[in-house]
Amino acid sequence: MELGEIRQFTALELGRLIKGRKISSPEATRLYIDAVRAEDGETHAYVSVFEEDAMARAEAVQKRLDAGELAERPLAGVPAAVKDAICVKDKKTTAASRMLEHFAPPYDAHVIERMAAAGAVILGKTNLDEFAMGGSTETSCFGPTRNPWDPERTPGGSSGGSAAAVAAGLAPYAIGSDTGGSIRQPCSFCNLTGVKPTYGSVSRYGLMAYASSLDQIGTMARDARDCAETLSMISGYDLRDSTSVMEKPFDFSGIFTEAGGEKPLQGLRVALPGNYFRMGISGEVKDIVLKAAGGLADLGAEAEEIDLPYIEYAVPAYYIIACAEASSNLSRYDGVKYGYRSENASDMTGIFYKSRSEGFGAEVKRRIMLGAFVLSSGYFDAYYKKALQVRGLIKGAFDAALKKYDLILSPVSPTPAYRIGQQIADPLAMYMADIYTVSLNLSGLPGVALPCGFDGEGLPVGMQFIGKAFSEGVLLHAADIWQQATGYHKSRPGRRGGAGRGAGK
Amino acid sequence: MKITDELIDYIGELARLELSGAEREARKKDLTEILDYMDKLNELDTAGLPEMTHPFDASNRFREDVVLNGDRRQEMLGNAPDRKGDFFKVFKTVE
Repeated sequence: MELGEIRQFTALELGRLIKGRKISSPEATRLYIDAVRAEDGETHAYVSVFEEDAMARAEAVQKRLDAGELAERPLAGVPAAVKDAICVKDKKTTAASRMLEHFAPPYDAHVIERMAAAGAVILGKTNLDEFAMGGSTETSCFGPTRNPWDPERTPGGSSGGSAAAVAAGLAPYAIGSDTGGSIRQPCSFCNLTGVKPTYGSVSRYGLMAYASSLDQIGTMARDARDCAETLSMISGYDLRDSTSVMEKPFDFSGIFTEAGGEKPLQGLRVALPGNYFRMGISGEVKDIVLKAAGGLADLGAEAEEIDLPYIEYAVPAYYIIACAEASSNLSRYDGVKYGYRSENASDMTGIFYKSRSEGFGAEVKRRIMLGAFVLSSGYFDAYYKKALQVRGLIKGAFDAALKKYDLILSPVSPTPAYRIGQQIADPLAMYMADIYTVSLNLSGLPGVALPCGFDGEGLPVGMQFIGKAFSEGVLLHAADIWQQATGYHKSRPGRRGGAGRGAGK
Repeated sequence: MKITDELIDYIGELARLELSGAEREARKKDLTEILDYMDKLNELDTAGLPEMTHPFDASNRFREDVVLNGDRRQEMLGNAPDRKGDFFKVFKTVE
């Protein structure tokens, strides 16, 4: 086996190779670290690489594997990348903000503890939009990440670094976070599978807070089975997050089987919201996702067209609520206890104003100001209260549809990956591109994004499975059947400069 | 909703942000545009509807108030931009 081939394997495949002694964890870790050093210059998926710690962890895990430990942990010894909004003890955790450029948290996030217990090896931290506010990684204070499918284009965001790392073969899987689509949209742009889990299923302890009633940590990988394994690894109860509601981690054992018969999705009731396809969506994306709906029907699913109301109100309601929560959450950055402090202040108030004005980037300031405004006296009822009421209407519409159907099939993004610089100057256009993803954060429901085709230029297009709260198993089972029947998720970007895009099957 | 000079200064104060001349003009323009778009919600009659602050009805999970961590003062001070001994150092705030 060529060592380079290792990078084409899924996380679970690599885990099996490590268990089967075909390759050791330190060998696999070294291979990935060398690849990041050699190839990430242009892509810029990573903002930091933990070479020494990763090698030390890999050696330690290998010793435990050699002693027969970690036998029940399929991802033991397998490397991974983590979005730089998630705290790793004593390692720089920046949220891609100048505000936290030198911040090293004195504790691990819950998901990092869970990864350590499973024997995961963290390669480093990946780029994101500043404080996860954006859909293209262009608002990162470190500069943008490039899409491995076409370096002129964005990998999406905010978890764009995590997506680019996995798509470029610079990590077998990655951890991201999703407040309004930040896992699902980059997965769609980079031909990956990703899960925004049900709110409350993964502890937010150690995730930089953006909008606390919407934020959720999730996983990004090459297929549904890797997503299931990583999700069961990081989910479950944590007393340090008062919204943590699951008694036990997800248990997906037994849901993945070889697709039996010609109709392996028989009995699955799928709703296709027709109105989602009659708004500002690219013709190609529309055709590809509708064709996928036909594909699911061919696999035995009972697909029906429905009208899912209030979609056109999701983006305004989302941005009012997300910005309101952001303005409150980000008030902690005052230049006193940690983070950036301006050199230009001459009194206490000056420390607050100047540290925040110099430390935050333009998009973060815009959202803090929007949030401060919609919460201010005189405007609170007209904007914030109104948005909370509309949030209830949106949730009600999803709950009603999910009483009749197991799964709602939707696009992820109205377009495939767009060019870097194309939308950054128009915030409203950026916000409106989140139309298909934000409703799930407002309603707390789970969503799985997965590949379903390529446009005329060879750029990946994803679709989204939406389900009832805690029905991740149903969604991932359907995703796995789809992936057994199709090969879209197996396509890899052509190496170097976008040449031969999509050719690396 | 037009963001006037007066309003942008007030928002800056609430947000503890000071804006340069160009930044101030840009925010006036894009906040006005974004808020106009948000006014779309007024198409819906929501009178009397509950306000949904949280995805689920489930209430917060409380735990016993027991100290689980030890004295981590030095770690907490480790990220301070400025300190004096075991304290965060700032400008004098009382006369």
